Amino acid sequence: MREFNGTSFYEYLGESKLMGSRCESCGTLYVPPRPLCPSCYGETLAWEEMSGRGRLVAFTTVHIAPTAMIEAGYGRDNPYCVGIVELDEGPEISGQIVGVDATRPGDIRVGTPLRATYVKRGDGSFLGFESA
Amino acid sequence: MTVRTLGRGVAVVGAGMSKFGAFPGRSTRDLFVDAFKEMRSSVDLGLDPEVIEALYVGNYSSDLFEGQGHTAPIMADWVGLTPRPATRIEDACASSGVAFREGLIAVASGMYDIVLVGGIEKMTDLPTERVTDTLATAGDAIYEIPAGFTFPGFYAAMATAYMNRYGATPETFMRVGIKNHENGALNSKAQFGSRIADIMESKKKRAADKGRPVPEWADELAFLEDERANPTISWPMRLFDCSPISDGAAALLLVAEDIADRFTDRPLHVIGTGQASDAALHDRPDPTSIRAARLAADQAFTMAGIGRDAVDVAEVHDCFTIAEVIATEDLGFFPTGEGWKAVEDGRTARTGPRPINTSGGLKSKGHPVGASGAGQVVEIWKQLRGEAGDRQIPDAAIGLTHNVGGTGQTCVVHIFERRDQ
Repeated sequence: MREFNGTSFYEYLGESKLMGSRCESCGTLYVPPRPLCPSCYGETLAWEEMSGRGRLVAFTTVHIAPTAMIEAGYGRDNPYCVGIVELDEGPEISGQIVGVDATRPGDIRVGTPLRATYVKRGDGSFLGFESA
Repeated sequence: MTVRTLGRGVAVVGAGMSKFGAFPGRSTRDLFVDAFKEMRSSVDLGLDPEVIEALYVGNYSSDLFEGQGHTAPIMADWVGLTPRPATRIEDACASSGVAFREGLIAVASGMYDIVLVGGIEKMTDLPTERVTDTLATAGDAIYEIPAGFTFPGFYAAMATAYMNRYGATPETFMRVGIKNHENGALNSKAQFGSRIADIMESKKKRAADKGRPVPEWADELAFLEDERANPTISWPMRLFDCSPISDGAAALLLVAEDIADRFTDRPLHVIGTGQASDAALHDRPDPTSIRAARLAADQAFTMAGIGRDAVDVAEVHDCFTIAEVIATEDLGFFPTGEGWKAVEDGRTARTGPRPINTSGGLKSKGHPVGASGAGQVVEIWKQLRGEAGDRQIPDAAIGLTHNVGGTGQTCVVHIFERRDQ
């Protein structure tokens, strides 16, 4: 079984799977996955695949971008949207929000239904969300 | 909640800071020497540095900002304190607020009677995108940063959630910036010693001098709503919603209360301290509040045994304008969801009933991240001793500092009291 960590999380994303871990003692679900349950200190967890469906909780459009996003073509005149998404299963996670017009942030709405997608950037596969 | 008390009383008897700003060619050690000298001269009855027993220094990332790790012994050496123990504290932008708390605990424990607390940061040597990368390391490098979050981005996301829930607008946040620049214009240590109206006029004058069309901004809000004058960094946070990239240092002398009279007859007594930690922003239940700040504030007020109304002046962590609004709610100064109305009504102005960030805050004074928490204490020192000049709050006797690390993974709150002799 894959270790409950970021390496495995991104390997699964490369396979188009959004995966979390569930504590077998108290039932709490973690996305991103945790190797130790911070709620009950349970040490036995199991992988669980998410539906990928959720809704937008908070977002921004970024004009002053970090190096990795500049290398992906974003910047002052080509902003991107990033946000926090509450999954239907409960946990919240950060992701790039694609398929929205990041030059018109006033039109992007908190609460918008979204579904997971997988964003290729450089050599990696990253979590993204698009309109459901 | 467990009510915690200090093992013995601790007082601040000296405080100083460098100017905050951009200082090419000057490193953290140069800035720390500036702060140390001002701290020393602030000690009413004089300070022989030989009596200092230990140094706690807050520093976020000299490693990445100036290629220098292991900074605490260097700071000790540059002010003549080696071979005394020198310890660096790193809790992102709360580094020196937490260093203050560690110094406090060390004196309260009886281990030391006299300690120096410092804060240092040198950010302006790097180009903006590398500063952006370095600040982002205070977020979650595995799950948040690869999604595209930056530091302005985190707080901007908190702002969109806050606007959606409570009805604030980008204009609300602009008013925080206008207020803090008004205060910073009265602070000779501030990076921006000018009001936004002054900045607007100087831009008009520059355009006229160069023979370009002179922009016609009706007022400060019109200026701030102009994308060319005030570009979006991460919507809805624009340039004038963000604290600047800064260099600076601060230094504070903490002693056991029972020997404070060897240094001054006007010490600041530390009557409350609180600190809490938390998960990444997406792993917290509510992006419109900083849970660690609520916990730290509850601890500090419980220890102090006072209510929120007793606080005369507060320095809160306005790394972004939205952060100040949220801070005033988390501290219990205003009900949840109403902090933005307090800004619009002028209640947080220097002349209002609840003055916030009389120093200019991180927004105008500057935000050399590892020095900011200690810098907040310098302002409270000046306010409670009646030394704040044109920005003095009359008869201020109780002051508070609120220092946040990251998006709220760390928060530390302190409460200070001047007791008339």
